[in-house]
Amino acid sequence: MDQLQIAQEMNRRLFLRGAGLGLGSMALGSLMGPAAVAGDAAAGTAGLGADAGLPGLPHFAPRAKRVIYLFQSGAPSQLDLLDYKPAIRERRGIDLPDSIRMGQRITTMTSGQKSFPVAPSIFKFAQHGQSGAWISELLPHTAKVVDDLCIIRSMQTDAINHDPAVTFIQTGSQLAGRPSMGAWIAYGLGSMNQDLPTFVVMLSRGRTDQPLYDRLWGSGFLPTRYQGVKLRGGKEPVLYLTNPSGCPPRLRRRQLDDLGELNALRHEEVGDPEILTRVAQYELAYRMQSSVPELTDLASEPKSVLDLYGPDVHKPGSYAANCLLARRLAERGVRFIQLYHMGWDQHGDLPNQIRAQCRDTDQASAALLIDLKQRGLLDDTLIVWGGEFGRTVYSQGALTATNYGRDHHPRCFTVWLAGGGIKPGVVHGETDDFSYNVVKDPVDVFDLNATILHLLGIDHERLTYKFQGREFRLTDIAGKVAKPLLA
Amino acid sequence: MPYRIFVAVGLAAALATRCPGAEPPVDFSRDVLPILSENCFLCHGPDAAARKADLRLDVRESALRADDPIVEPGNSEESELFLRLVTDDVDDKMPPRKSGKTLTPAQVETLARWIDQGAKWGKHWAFETPTRPEPPAVGADLPVRNPIDRFVLARLEREGLKPASEADKTALVRRVTLDLNGVPPTVAEIDAFLADDRPDAYERLVDRLLASPRYGETMATEWLDAARYADTNGYQNDFARTMWPWRDWVVAAFNRNMPFDRFAVEQLAGDKLPGATLSQKVATGFNRNNRTVTEAGSIDEEYRIENAVDRVETTSAVFLGLTMGCARCHDHKYDPITQDEFYEFLGFFNDVNEKGVYTETRGNVPPLIAVPTDAQRDRLASLDAAVAEAEAALKQAESGLDAEQAEWEASTRTRELPAEPADHARRFELAGSLPEGATFRGQGGPNWVDGPTGKALALDGGPGSVVDLGPGGDLKRDEPFAIALWVRPLADGACVSKMDDANGFRGYDVSVTEGGKLTLHLIHAWPADAIKVKTKALLPRNPWARVAVSYDGSGKASGVNMYVDGRPVGTEAEADSLQGDSTTGQPTRIGGRSTGLLLRGELADVRIFSRALAPEEVAAAYERAVLGIARAPEPERTAVGKALLARFFRERVDGSTPPLAERLAALKKEKADFEAAVPTVMIMEDAPEPRPLHPLKRGLYDQPDESVALTAGVPACLPPLPSGVAPDRLALAEWIVAPENPLTARVTVNRVWLRHFGEGLVKSAENFGIQGEPPSNPDLLDWLATEFVRGGWDLKALHRLIVTSATYRQASPVSADLVALDPENRLLARGPRFRLDAETVRDNALAIAGLLSSRLGGPSVKPYQPAGLWEELAGGAGEGPYVQDHGADLYRRSLYVYRKRTVPHPVVATFDAPSREICLVKRARTNTPLQALELLNDVVYVEAARGLAARMLAEGGSAAEDRVVFGFRTAVGRAPNQRERRVLLAGLESRLEAFRADPEAARALIAQGESPAPADVDPVELAAYAATAGVILNLDETITLE
Repeated sequence: MDQLQIAQEMNRRLFLRGAGLGLGSMALGSLMGPAAVAGDAAAGTAGLGADAGLPGLPHFAPRAKRVIYLFQSGAPSQLDLLDYKPAIRERRGIDLPDSIRMGQRITTMTSGQKSFPVAPSIFKFAQHGQSGAWISELLPHTAKVVDDLCIIRSMQTDAINHDPAVTFIQTGSQLAGRPSMGAWIAYGLGSMNQDLPTFVVMLSRGRTDQPLYDRLWGSGFLPTRYQGVKLRGGKEPVLYLTNPSGCPPRLRRRQLDDLGELNALRHEEVGDPEILTRVAQYELAYRMQSSVPELTDLASEPKSVLDLYGPDVHKPGSYAANCLLARRLAERGVRFIQLYHMGWDQHGDLPNQIRAQCRDTDQASAALLIDLKQRGLLDDTLIVWGGEFGRTVYSQGALTATNYGRDHHPRCFTVWLAGGGIKPGVVHGETDDFSYNVVKDPVDVFDLNATILHLLGIDHERLTYKFQGREFRLTDIAGKVAKPLLA
Repeated sequence: MPYRIFVAVGLAAALATRCPGAEPPVDFSRDVLPILSENCFLCHGPDAAARKADLRLDVRESALRADDPIVEPGNSEESELFLRLVTDDVDDKMPPRKSGKTLTPAQVETLARWIDQGAKWGKHWAFETPTRPEPPAVGADLPVRNPIDRFVLARLEREGLKPASEADKTALVRRVTLDLNGVPPTVAEIDAFLADDRPDAYERLVDRLLASPRYGETMATEWLDAARYADTNGYQNDFARTMWPWRDWVVAAFNRNMPFDRFAVEQLAGDKLPGATLSQKVATGFNRNNRTVTEAGSIDEEYRIENAVDRVETTSAVFLGLTMGCARCHDHKYDPITQDEFYEFLGFFNDVNEKGVYTETRGNVPPLIAVPTDAQRDRLASLDAAVAEAEAALKQAESGLDAEQAEWEASTRTRELPAEPADHARRFELAGSLPEGATFRGQGGPNWVDGPTGKALALDGGPGSVVDLGPGGDLKRDEPFAIALWVRPLADGACVSKMDDANGFRGYDVSVTEGGKLTLHLIHAWPADAIKVKTKALLPRNPWARVAVSYDGSGKASGVNMYVDGRPVGTEAEADSLQGDSTTGQPTRIGGRSTGLLLRGELADVRIFSRALAPEEVAAAYERAVLGIARAPEPERTAVGKALLARFFRERVDGSTPPLAERLAALKKEKADFEAAVPTVMIMEDAPEPRPLHPLKRGLYDQPDESVALTAGVPACLPPLPSGVAPDRLALAEWIVAPENPLTARVTVNRVWLRHFGEGLVKSAENFGIQGEPPSNPDLLDWLATEFVRGGWDLKALHRLIVTSATYRQASPVSADLVALDPENRLLARGPRFRLDAETVRDNALAIAGLLSSRLGGPSVKPYQPAGLWEELAGGAGEGPYVQDHGADLYRRSLYVYRKRTVPHPVVATFDAPSREICLVKRARTNTPLQALELLNDVVYVEAARGLAARMLAEGGSAAEDRVVFGFRTAVGRAPNQRERRVLLAGLESRLEAFRADPEAARALIAQGESPAPADVDPVELAAYAATAGVILNLDETITLE
């Protein structure tokens, strides 16, 4: 390292740590106010909820300030929901033509099947809204908001199994180890609030047990403070949020006061600025003890709002409850709100299972959009709805008059976007008659992620982190912003 | 030199290694290569495919090419390289605008000076074998305890800095104890050290700590990160696996101070060592710790390749500090590693005898090996002996039996045969032809095989494998009947039936269900109006049985009797509610029902009676059948008949061998059960046939470039493998630890340094390549590396050398000026101060509380964890809910905490422990509110605070102040100063008051955790002390090594 590099590095660190050092001379009481935390945000060692983001970001004026990602885990069938294929009704039961499959790989769950009978959806589709998009009868609520959606029917991915595919769409790599999208965004843009995490994750269970993994909201090689904080249904929404029984709030407050004073005394002795950061983190933790319960308490929501989301909204941890919480998080300045709803992996008995999945999710997804719109929040909130891949046109297992299954299909699937910066009432891309191959305007996972970053004012090629000597990014070495989707 | 720009460097002048204005020699590796690498190599570096203008700057020959050279050695202003950097012409300017790279004026200046000095190229420093530097001389007044200090002090002298004074003894004993043993010193240990005024008291302390088994546990933690060790397989359902025997091998190796070269060789290639021991095979679990796929539908070759790639990345990162994974899809962008070289390195791991996907397989996957404990080994040996003895006894008893059987057979010919009931209503012999009027519904004709007395009908259970016997033959609720037949069931199915599946299963069947139970259904409408009776035991494992079912017409399940080989057997009723009629229009069938329950197996001689049979009749019929075989001349007997006869003679006539056979079977079962309980560990083992090795285009498993055949090998930028040695894993391992390997020793001592000082001499501990950070003190790094090799890769000696240096023994307090100058303590003008790692945060608290268990090794443990964490993610798909342990296992050291990769345990994950999905050689160290919440509220810490409170009361004396001082010292070593005492005592007083007013709260607080609170202490007092101890446990100082 030469002289100037060292000087610059030192200056950077000094700048970053300056505010933290300044705290040493402040009275302890002032550490508890927002001003001190704002100062701490600049200290760079601060934890979640207090990061300022990278200098120079956003790269340009953002169209969205925050993202709500409604991830439908297990891969919803595009053929039964959003990608209407009337032409194959005539071809029911025939073998998928080789000219369509073109030797593409399929999973070992169906690669041994003797035939690949085409299974048209048994559900009715109709056109909705001004845009006239075709939507399945399974999504009556989504159909009502279709003019706010931008439906991408030409999504593609590389992976054909759940673990690598979900990992890919959320981190840009099929293998573990890269930061998740929310972590990248928290790292790049920082926080918009003083007492909640920047990146929040909520899970809900579906009709089948489809596992998820902590890595999907992990920070990879980014510092761990950028990882998503899981907000759980039930009485302790954040791990260890609640004081132990026998420790009333006054007792805890006195403990923290004593702790703060002792830590400050130690800082006077040893001079390590990390001690002051720790004091600030204890105070942030204390504030979270009131901000999080306030957030998750739905008592103040009027009945009309609760009704909008449907009866499940009263069940903590349900998709509907999580959608309403997503709105509350958005209002409170949380940057990246990620929902995962499990149970879309319908290899067999698809018609019955998908009916139930849609009943569990359709109303709340649409309600979230309506609710945000009513509050003027949709303009700067990006909603993303979709899974990790699509499903096959051919039936996995027997095709009967009322039943069929569908295997994993990476070559096309459907995702919708809405809100901040998205062109509403649009259907983008096209698949062939079998919903097997994309025939127009393909959008791959990197393109989608590049587009999401773009809407947040981030040039996906310039949000990088150096690890093992290489500049890594969410979009690896690929990704084009899908311009036609932008308003 | 019009373009030269000198820049004010301000603060950094203090750090400068040269004086501005002078012309010290530029070092290519240290000064030039990092600039070229960062700014130029993406287009002008080692990656041939991405190279622009056919120019590469990492090799001299390209830059000085005859045609259009871009460097004119000795003259920067005639050199295109320099001119392109400083031109104002946007089209010519390098690096181009769109690269986003810019050189600083000082970097341009460095390159210019380098050209002016002759543009000497060289190798990246880390690829040159280190030579042992002479420790520099330093001022006589400076504290030097060993050569490390000379290197550090020389650097400080250059910077104009003075080292800190030595830390006081209390700080030292806590620092080095936490550092080497991962637990704090007890108050008694601190006092003993303070009282020890021998000049080598500190060195003695260090030796004691290095000899403690706690040392191995402490050192193992970071190795487990590097080796991505975990207790689950890490993909999708994330099933459990058993790799802890490998983890215990690591702990033991550290404790035995296995030399690091041996440690490396055994883990990489222990299976290939001559006469490999069990322990050496277990060691190879290192490269089986990678995640393994069990997700249904995954493609085998895809994940076989991913496994091999993971091993390349892990092995190169851990031992060599190289990011070889970057060359998977293309040549490395910075380091001189080509894509072919990546696959040559992968060749060392290409032949592992494994599959890429083990669909939905739980537990360890092959290759694996059983790892019995000593006691288990003894038990297995004694079981082996018992089995051998029982086999011998049976064999002994068997000898001579054939002759006796022949005599007995002869005797039967003169005896009268027992009578058998001859009044059957229907009989289907099935002895080579179908009865008249019967139809076989399957493809072709039925198959006939040898049966007990002649031919028998064989059915394959496939579509139509059933014989239709035509109408008639209903069996009714109020009429007795009996059915007897020979059967050899190969799978469950119906033997004989007359049933209408589509009409509530009306009718009857005699079938084999539940894997071998003889079953009778008599049904009007299943299940509400039906009789179902089945045998309790499975049919004998001997292939053929004569079975009989007899029914007395009572309408009750109790009216059904069942017989196997002539003897009554125990039955149970599953339905006993038949009221209605059981007649149907379906035909009688052999081998199935109207639509289902097709039998795979063989059948012969079906007899149906219109009355119940008495037990004696069934017995007589069976004996008559067997004796019939005995009386038949030898050539007329079938093989099946002969086997039946031999069994009959042994079981029913001679009687001497069945108890012996039973004993043998019982012992074999006992042995099998015992073996199943012996843990296994996954190991490395190569397939007998090597796999072809090709580069993969763009790194894709299904795109091998078969035009290129590779053999395993190492990158050309490093020393070659020794000639004449087969290029296998053992050769790789020995090459890695060869003294001339420039990387291994440096990388290893750097990691050891990182552990003691919180930062490595090379900050990028994971990357010693060209894009890695240069060492803060290169000579010290090289001296340590060469010293390490010279001393026989002795890890304990290396730790001892470092922790006994004056550098390590410095006090850690820091002035604001020094923080500003050197925030990360790279210059080492003070002692280390950093937060404890995740495991030590918890272990430290448990030790302070007196709760920590000292048990070494064994299966991983499941301490407290918030309810529902696993279920939320997997719905129990992988291994069901988390089942928490109890007792001492709640307080084991954190390295033993069960590591589930997809749901890391928050007690360690919150403090930056990795998920162990991939290799990690250096953890982040963050400071977050979630950590605060965890330390304040997790039951383990609330319980620990109460544990410390109980100790304060029991061991701290009787005065409040003494007790508070004891608690404080137990946690941080030193005694609190007056101001700290005042805070703690006033806090205690306020808590006593609060709990006196609310004794319920006191009782609730001290009830946290599963260890019992002392019964003889006033709950109010204990709670007040516990809340005070909670403050102490949450101190920054408590969770910090300083």
